[in-house]
Amino acid sequence: MIKDGLLVAQKVEQLNSEASNRLRVHSIETFGTHDGPGIRMVVFVQGCQFRCLYCANPDTMDVKGGHFLEIEELVERAIKQRSYFGKKGGVTVSGGEPLLQRSILKKLFNRLHEEGVNTVLDSNGRLIDQQAKDLLEVTDLLMLDVKHFNNEWHKKLTGLSNVNTFKVAEHRESTGKPMWLRYVLVPGWSDQEEHLHELGNHFKDYKTIERVEILPYHQLGVHKWEALGMEYKLKDVSPPDAQKVEKTASIFMSYFKDVRVN
Amino acid sequence: MLNLSREVLALREGDWNKRIDVRDFVTLNVTPYYGDASFLAGATERTKQLWQICIAAMKEERERNGCRAIDTETISGITSHGPGYINKELEVIMGLQTDELLKRAMKPFGGIRVVEGAVAEKGQQVTQRVKEIFDYTKDHNNAVFAAYDEEIRNYRSQGILTGLPDNYARGRIIGDYRRLALYGIDRLIEAKEEDKRLVDGEMTEHKIRLREEITDQIIALKDIRKMGSMYGLDLSRPAQNAREAVQWVYMAYLAAVKEQDGAAMSLGNVSSFLDVYIERDLAEGFITEEEAQEFIDQFVMKLRMVRHLRPEAYDEIFGGDPTWVTEAIGGQFADGRTKVTKTSFRFLQTLYNLGPSPEPNLTVLWSQDLPEGFKEFCAQVSIDTSSIQYENDDLMRLVRGSDDYGIACCVSYQELGKRIQFFGARVNLPKTLLMALNEGREENAGAKLLENIPSLEGEYLNYEEVMTNFKKSMVEVARVYSKTMNIIHYMHDKYYYEKAQLAFVDSDPGIDMAYGIAGISIIADSLSAIKYGKVKAIRNEKGLTVDFKVEGDYPKFGNDDERVDSIAREITKFFSEELAKHKCYKNAFSTLSLLTITSNVMYGKKTGATPDGRKAGEAFAPGANPMHGRDEHGAIASLNSVAKLDYRDAQDGISNTFSIVPKSLGSDREDQTDNLVGLLDAYFRLNGHHLNVNVLNRETLMDAYEHPENYPQLTIRVSGYAVNFIRLSKAHQLEVIARTFHERM
Repeated sequence: MIKDGLLVAQKVEQLNSEASNRLRVHSIETFGTHDGPGIRMVVFVQGCQFRCLYCANPDTMDVKGGHFLEIEELVERAIKQRSYFGKKGGVTVSGGEPLLQRSILKKLFNRLHEEGVNTVLDSNGRLIDQQAKDLLEVTDLLMLDVKHFNNEWHKKLTGLSNVNTFKVAEHRESTGKPMWLRYVLVPGWSDQEEHLHELGNHFKDYKTIERVEILPYHQLGVHKWEALGMEYKLKDVSPPDAQKVEKTASIFMSYFKDVRVN
Repeated sequence: MLNLSREVLALREGDWNKRIDVRDFVTLNVTPYYGDASFLAGATERTKQLWQICIAAMKEERERNGCRAIDTETISGITSHGPGYINKELEVIMGLQTDELLKRAMKPFGGIRVVEGAVAEKGQQVTQRVKEIFDYTKDHNNAVFAAYDEEIRNYRSQGILTGLPDNYARGRIIGDYRRLALYGIDRLIEAKEEDKRLVDGEMTEHKIRLREEITDQIIALKDIRKMGSMYGLDLSRPAQNAREAVQWVYMAYLAAVKEQDGAAMSLGNVSSFLDVYIERDLAEGFITEEEAQEFIDQFVMKLRMVRHLRPEAYDEIFGGDPTWVTEAIGGQFADGRTKVTKTSFRFLQTLYNLGPSPEPNLTVLWSQDLPEGFKEFCAQVSIDTSSIQYENDDLMRLVRGSDDYGIACCVSYQELGKRIQFFGARVNLPKTLLMALNEGREENAGAKLLENIPSLEGEYLNYEEVMTNFKKSMVEVARVYSKTMNIIHYMHDKYYYEKAQLAFVDSDPGIDMAYGIAGISIIADSLSAIKYGKVKAIRNEKGLTVDFKVEGDYPKFGNDDERVDSIAREITKFFSEELAKHKCYKNAFSTLSLLTITSNVMYGKKTGATPDGRKAGEAFAPGANPMHGRDEHGAIASLNSVAKLDYRDAQDGISNTFSIVPKSLGSDREDQTDNLVGLLDAYFRLNGHHLNVNVLNRETLMDAYEHPENYPQLTIRVSGYAVNFIRLSKAHQLEVIARTFHERM
């Protein structure tokens, strides 16, 4: 159901049935070069509780959408592409929000490890419980999407709070396993310099953060919003110009050693 | 024993001192290079000035409808034209085909009528004297048609067999041009004389032919010495320094392209050979890196200026006026060392110093074991210029046996100086399938070409019935194809023998008969549609199929789906084995390519609708590529399908052209380079044979289509070679734009 131009909040528990061997998937990209290191198979899972105004894949929000794929089928597909993964590549699970299917993903990641395939999780850090921690344990690299440092802005932008996102980061840091931060740069929404500095200050001493990626906002997903009968509220927001991207990068660079624009 | 100069004596001796064996020389004296590209130098002032003259001349050429000038009075040969210069003062490497830059010469022994036609198309006339010569002699074209039977003529005129080298020079033969630099003319003549003495005893046809051939080669060698003296060069002796080595190799090649206008005339694998001389001169302090690069830049510039006189009809098959000066770079020695040298880098560097270019057709022999620095540089050059192609060195060494080989034409392995090949153009396999569905009749005109093909009665095509008919048809087509090739090559030897090239090849070389197939992906998809979907044939009043209605979805080639990929593999194997059953002229070894060059557009035009849903007249996919837009499961699935085709069944090569948007390779330059290296490693680890890599945006091509004047050097890879995009016909340009570009959203 759509209210105020957005999909209403949905129950998500059914996505995480421990007994299930099926993942609710939106789509698969075979030659992913922008979601983690090297050449990767990117599995976009279905279902997300965030309602990011700029979402490029709004069709992945609905927890009832997409289709089911057996874990073994996903593993088989990954094996067919394994040659291309090389030393750095592997499988990335993105979304949607993968943590909503954490107990199933843990099985998938375990299987991938058995086949020698590297695993990356691209998550907004929506929740942190024991199952989420278990999944993170078998995640070789966590790409944590921080939508905004300031919780008020975060709520405006995504509809929900960022408290758990920071908890996920904190947990990851405690495990010593690597993590990248990803930051979508939306002019007028997430480009306030004070908040960028706050974010830098907050994370600057994290030892597990290997890289910070700036993802410049784009409008390529707009037609999907219309097709879904939802309202795209950032119609008048243009992608950040090179100068803005440069400025943001230089702010982050004063806190982090590896900052990239993706 | 060789009379060696002081410098040459400093080299490590071996078998190469006792007999003609360039491989031995390279193996003993090469300095493999494991570093990166940071040592490379830019173009010198002289080179830049020279190149500006060439650019201006090429502009004039385009303005004059693709031909700057023709010498209509002279039959081209090794010594026919006096020395030609771009600008004598600026040139460190000399030599042009005629006395003037981009002036084309007539080589009428392939077929005088074709030459007359080509000259007439440019509004000029072949002089009476030249015409009269052919009142007293015969050309290849005439001779072939004297021997053709009716069946062959029908297969040819109905477009089943296409692009046959029966009215132009066959090309594809690679002389081992390094031999001139290493040995000099006198020593090579001595060796040929010795070979000839050994051909004695009972005079079989084989021996008679051989004695005549060797004599012709010796004549050519003497002519080459004469040609050298026109430029003040003493080619009778070996080259003594780097500049001479480059110059000598070029002189040997120049002789070949003065005498012949073969469809493709590769250079071979000269870079690491030349590196031995360059390293030596650098070590002695005779030259600097700038000078070393200047030799290579100017050599490559000369190769870019090679031209042949072609009729317009030729351009329909081979778009963009190609010459296929293919140079193979890199690869590994059988002993595990890399063949990569600094000069491998220097050849690629020409794409920066002179800008992108289709010629020479730079081909990287890719091995998993290539040094990382070289892999990265190749990827970088691909991303910047889209001008190079890749072939699987590990696979070719394993299956074909030698580590000293060049690439003939586009993708074909050819051991240097030891083997040659007979170019066989290709058979239109979708038309063969359509004959199988039409009682042996050609689908457009209805001419009956095959007997005993039962008519297919049911409303829907039945897979078993179709396969039975198709296999019968392939058996017959293979038979006709084989006899056609034997006639063509018998006559080419007799009337247009490549004496200048074969002078640099062993006297009785091994030969590959290089057959070819066009349209394998259409065949796979058509048979898959019939097997897994439902296909209704729509027939006209003559009972000929004019269209097909495909009901239901079916697995399509290019999606890593074994159900259809196995069909492509099986048909290739079947046809390849059928061809191999026939005896070849000169006991040649039968090989097969899945390659179309740009002829996929013309084949499409002449081929009726096919059961995969392709409409009449629509272009084929190039080479072994999946059909345009049907590879829906992404780049890797597409590559995987092609990699499954078995090289052992298609040892003349399996061409795959891959186009990707730069952004899809990665977000920054470092990632793009890494990922392209990863992609190449993976494709070749899976036994893929050949990959053309284009890293381009579709928008760039559309803009070049609209505004060609802004893109004088835009180069793209098509099937097995590169072309200057704006020199393709508009139809070819649109076909390239329609190809699958792998991009991510």
